[in-house]
Amino acid sequence: MSRLNQLTITGAQEGLKKKEFSSREMVKDCLRRIEEIDKKIKAFITVCDENATKEAEKKDGRIRVERDLKILFRKYPLFGIPVVVKDNFCTAEIKTTAASRVLENYIPTYDATVVKKLKEAGAIILGKTNLDAWAHGSSTETSDFFTTRNPWNLSRLPGGSSGGSAAAVVADMTIAAVGSETGGSIRQPSAWCGTVGLKPTYGRVSRFGLIAMASSLDSPGPMTKIVEDSAVMLQVLAGKDDLDSTSLPNPIPDYSANFNKGVSGIKIGVPKEYFFSEVQEDVIKRVSEAVRIFEKMGVEIKEVSLFDPKYAIAVYTILQRAEVSANLARYDGIRYGNDRTFLGKEAKKRIMLGTFVLSAGYYEAYYQRAQKVRTLICQDFDEVFKGVDLILGPTSPSVAMPFGASKESPMFGEIQDALVEPSTIAGLPGINICCGFSSDNLPVGLQIIGPQLGEELLFRTALAYQNETQWHLKKPKI
Amino acid sequence: MNRQNNMISREEVKHIAKLARLGLTKEEIEKLQKDLSVTLSYIKKLEELNYDGVLPTSHPVKLENITRKDEAKTRELGEASDLIKMAPGNKEGYIKTRRILFS
Repeated sequence: MSRLNQLTITGAQEGLKKKEFSSREMVKDCLRRIEEIDKKIKAFITVCDENATKEAEKKDGRIRVERDLKILFRKYPLFGIPVVVKDNFCTAEIKTTAASRVLENYIPTYDATVVKKLKEAGAIILGKTNLDAWAHGSSTETSDFFTTRNPWNLSRLPGGSSGGSAAAVVADMTIAAVGSETGGSIRQPSAWCGTVGLKPTYGRVSRFGLIAMASSLDSPGPMTKIVEDSAVMLQVLAGKDDLDSTSLPNPIPDYSANFNKGVSGIKIGVPKEYFFSEVQEDVIKRVSEAVRIFEKMGVEIKEVSLFDPKYAIAVYTILQRAEVSANLARYDGIRYGNDRTFLGKEAKKRIMLGTFVLSAGYYEAYYQRAQKVRTLICQDFDEVFKGVDLILGPTSPSVAMPFGASKESPMFGEIQDALVEPSTIAGLPGINICCGFSSDNLPVGLQIIGPQLGEELLFRTALAYQNETQWHLKKPKI
Repeated sequence: MNRQNNMISREEVKHIAKLARLGLTKEEIEKLQKDLSVTLSYIKKLEELNYDGVLPTSHPVKLENITRKDEAKTRELGEASDLIKMAPGNKEGYIKTRRILFS
């Protein structure tokens, strides 16, 4: 029998219900895998081995005495299942660093809402994963501690900022993970590592306790091995939170209810602007093949036209830097954490640009102008969604890049995230799914973007593609 | 934008650093002067668009006037002391900072 760390959430639920194995055994296999390979991958900042083991034993005790396990798992869908959390979500009594030296010893007194919900659903927190410091980056290279390696090729980057979570999932060091996205930080590392990454609609999942980057964009979301797991996780995480005034009160649908409906008759738009000159040939090939597969499955493919992503990059750069400079102003080293001399290069650069665009005399020329173009980008998507149900394109212009790539250009992250920034600016949900491999055996990701609160259709469509292609079964050899 | 070119001067970098409470080394100032100028010339692309009469968007989802009841909540006393203990300088249940007012 394969080892339990290789399980998916759905697989773990089944096995635990049938008492084929215990939560303790599953946690043990994950910890053993971490012990074996994380020296090479470096996905984890903190591993909670003792707490996770203790918690698993408690869960097993409950499973032993519970009469109806079906009811237990309906109520607690993640019961006894180990998950990892990106280290920018506050975890009570567990060090939370945001991969910055400023917070290297910070131990929060409370759980982020996302963490609270995971625990309430029965999940076991296995550890905290690496990221670009403060989530500023697309590579984990700006982490103040270390760079995570891509499990498919150790000389490549995992992408970022949720690179630790993506690497941990694809290398089977955990059953599932949580990441956060501001402009690509879930989808891009998922593309580079070959995982399923969902950036939900802005406000669908609470930001409370997520160390803030750009508050009008930040969206926590699941990073998993298969599409079904992504739906299970979002079902747990979604919802209105009194502690986050921008969380949405809209009802939460049953995300798996229409899994079997298929995709016949769905209209998908493919924007020609998303295949610009910097997009690698292998990426264009794989995504074009995927488009043909969707067609074969009965999807109506339409060519659509969206704003040139270069405008979204400019808008995103202004808004994000401005919000970063405001959010990082609180790190004064007086109440907790180290002082501002501990901020890394990338954080300083972003604070500087943000402070500049918000400063007297420049606010209208930069920040307000960006907010106006933001309106145009939202309207642009609204217009396209009148004619199609979903939009499909590559997630990242390239496959995983070599170490050092992020240091070459001051706009590295923005170009890297050119294809995910427009949708994040409009608060739209998007899902990355693997659509094959490059000639040098690195995963290629495609993204499906939906209208606001369109997650249910995203899952259904991504699942149909996953079932047709089975790319998720291919695993890296480490 | 309303700047002649996209170059940021040394003095401007120093002024922004002061506003942002960042102490920068000479090398950092030089590097930032270059990097910020590159970024500013990139975002200049927005000038190509026409957005006369367009209203600014501050949040992508349409929510209005989210308020909560104005009521006092009780928190455990232990939490306060846990929070105070986190401060690098603390004394008798207070956070110690440098003096900011002078007579």
